[in-house]
Amino acid sequence: MIEAQGLTKRYGRTVAVNDLSFTVQPGKVTGFLGPNGAGKSTTMRMILGLDRPSAGTVRIDGRRYAELKQPLRQVGALLEAKWVHPNRSARSHLRWMAASNRLPAKRVDEVLEIVGLTGVAGKRAGGFSLGMAQRLGIATALLGDPGVLLFDEPVNGLDPEGILWIRRFMHRLADEGRTVFVSSHLLSEMALTAQELIVIGRGRLIAQTSTRAFIDMASESAVRVRGPEMERLHGVLTGQGLAVRDVPAGDDGPAALLVPNTSTEQIGELVGRVGLVLHELAAQRGSLEQAFIQLTGGEVEYHAGALAGAGNGSPSAGTPAAPAQLTGPPARGVQTAAADATRGGDAR
Amino acid sequence: MTLLTVERIKLFSTRSPWWCMIIATALTVGLTSVFAATTKPSDLPEFTPSVTQFAFNFGLVVMMVMATLAVTTEYRFSTIRSTFLAVPTRTPALVAKAVVVALLAGIVGEITAVGSWGIATLIQPDAPLTLDTAQEYRNVFGVGLLYLLSAVLALAVGLIVRQSAGAVVIELIYLLLLENLLPAIPRIGDHLQHWLPFAVGNNFIVAGQPETSDGPPVIEGMPFGPWGSLVYYAVVCVGLFVIGLILAKRRDA
Ligand SMILES: Nc1ncnc2c1ncn2[C@@H]1O[C@H](COP(=O)(O)OP(=O)(O)O)[C@@H](O)[C@H]1O
Ligand SMILES: [Mg+2]
Repeated sequence: MIEAQGLTKRYGRTVAVNDLSFTVQPGKVTGFLGPNGAGKSTTMRMILGLDRPSAGTVRIDGRRYAELKQPLRQVGALLEAKWVHPNRSARSHLRWMAASNRLPAKRVDEVLEIVGLTGVAGKRAGGFSLGMAQRLGIATALLGDPGVLLFDEPVNGLDPEGILWIRRFMHRLADEGRTVFVSSHLLSEMALTAQELIVIGRGRLIAQTSTRAFIDMASESAVRVRGPEMERLHGVLTGQGLAVRDVPAGDDGPAALLVPNTSTEQIGELVGRVGLVLHELAAQRGSLEQAFIQLTGGEVEYHAGALAGAGNGSPSAGTPAAPAQLTGPPARGVQTAAADATRGGDAR
Repeated sequence: MTLLTVERIKLFSTRSPWWCMIIATALTVGLTSVFAATTKPSDLPEFTPSVTQFAFNFGLVVMMVMATLAVTTEYRFSTIRSTFLAVPTRTPALVAKAVVVALLAGIVGEITAVGSWGIATLIQPDAPLTLDTAQEYRNVFGVGLLYLLSAVLALAVGLIVRQSAGAVVIELIYLLLLENLLPAIPRIGDHLQHWLPFAVGNNFIVAGQPETSDGPPVIEGMPFGPWGSLVYYAVVCVGLFVIGLILAKRRDA
């Protein structure tokens, strides 16, 4: 179990992590989600005693990392695959790590076997592909057969096969009852990997909740309407108590209105009753990633309030969780990732 | 003990320490043998054990570079973080590194010293090269101790600067420029020189002997005798290392 209490880190004038409190439970994969620069790596370095917190504490099974005797036996970490001397062989790297915590030398061969690097154990680590380096990092983390494992963006830059391998691997580790804490900036990835989520933006906690609840919250649907008489249309909709948002003309098409928490049927009938002409009436399911970026990067304080409620177990559809997030043109990469998430999600 | 093993594995599982050791030895012994071979018969009476060590500074600089790199490459490739993950109190790991690196430098220092002296006796058997006095023993075997302490100093600079090029440049500028230029300052220069670490360190080897045209420089009026000089130098080296330790413990890795 990992417990952070008011964890804060300042680098000069940047506040990388701001009063962050959370707990990571054993037996499941807990995702640590936030856009780039949110403070995930900094938090992980503080958990591991590499960076000194400006304020607050973080404990692993009740103790600070620096208090652990032979810490590799209790905590394994992969923060960056490249923490290896390029001219040292994979085996030599593992050998010195093992020796430092009095782990038997045969454990080196075991972990090499687990990650499938036995064949290249004698080769210089500098010549490894990213996927191989990542596996070596995982082997390092597993050396002491620890009960707590931390992985910082483990799938970054991996091919689909490598991503799948790591995802399954994490599930296995959690199924064995270990605490698995894995960071990512991709909600789509976390949707497949993590059962619990700790979401941060700009160094602050946005939500600690189950993955399912967070996704329901983040991907609310809305209806897009457009017609020749926009002002009347606007009046009719607001007259029915609906929240309406103007969408300026952009990549999505001409200027339109966006109405969250409703259906095309409802709006169609409403508008038909007053005899208005429509040029467009479409359901929009927000891109998960887009929503997430808005949640974590935008008005963090405001959303923190909205979602804290969700975290307490009421992911009610009525919460106005930022319809504005659905308006912007989704970036292409993000779109693909979201599509991937949907597919994978169905398969599960 | 475990941590000494760890640092030994680390040091010897990359190639650059091996290269440094080979270069330090070859450079020093090579230069001495060239010098011995070209010494004119008329100069032979002046070819003393002290003179066979005229080149020890070359090997010393190379071994200092090795010691610096032993820590700065850990920062460069972030293996220092792996090290601190394994030993979160940090100090024991860094002390172990210093012990391993310093012992190695000491051994290499003795090899270069004895090698230089040995090859000189082989090339010039008629020169007065037998070791009789304590002074002469110090001239040769003292070199290893200087290597050992200098490695601690170089490691400390690496620990403070955390960056290979920067640390090596600082060492070279200090060693080759500042220690030679500072004494040139009017009035206080001479006085200053008596307290410069490397000048005092050298004094351990050459104290009490007359300056020869070919041997290492001898500075008159040093505040300490040979062993006092060694202690002073050791205090400077270890002191700097302790500063490095404190910084390493306090700073983010
Ligand atoms: N060593 C450092 N010195 C200065 N600023 C840093 C340092 N490490 C991280 N930061 C800053 O802290 C913020 C959080 O960074 P990071 O923890 O790497 O985020 P993430 O891992 O979520 O992408 C960023 O603004 C980053 O620029
Ligand atoms: Mg990061």
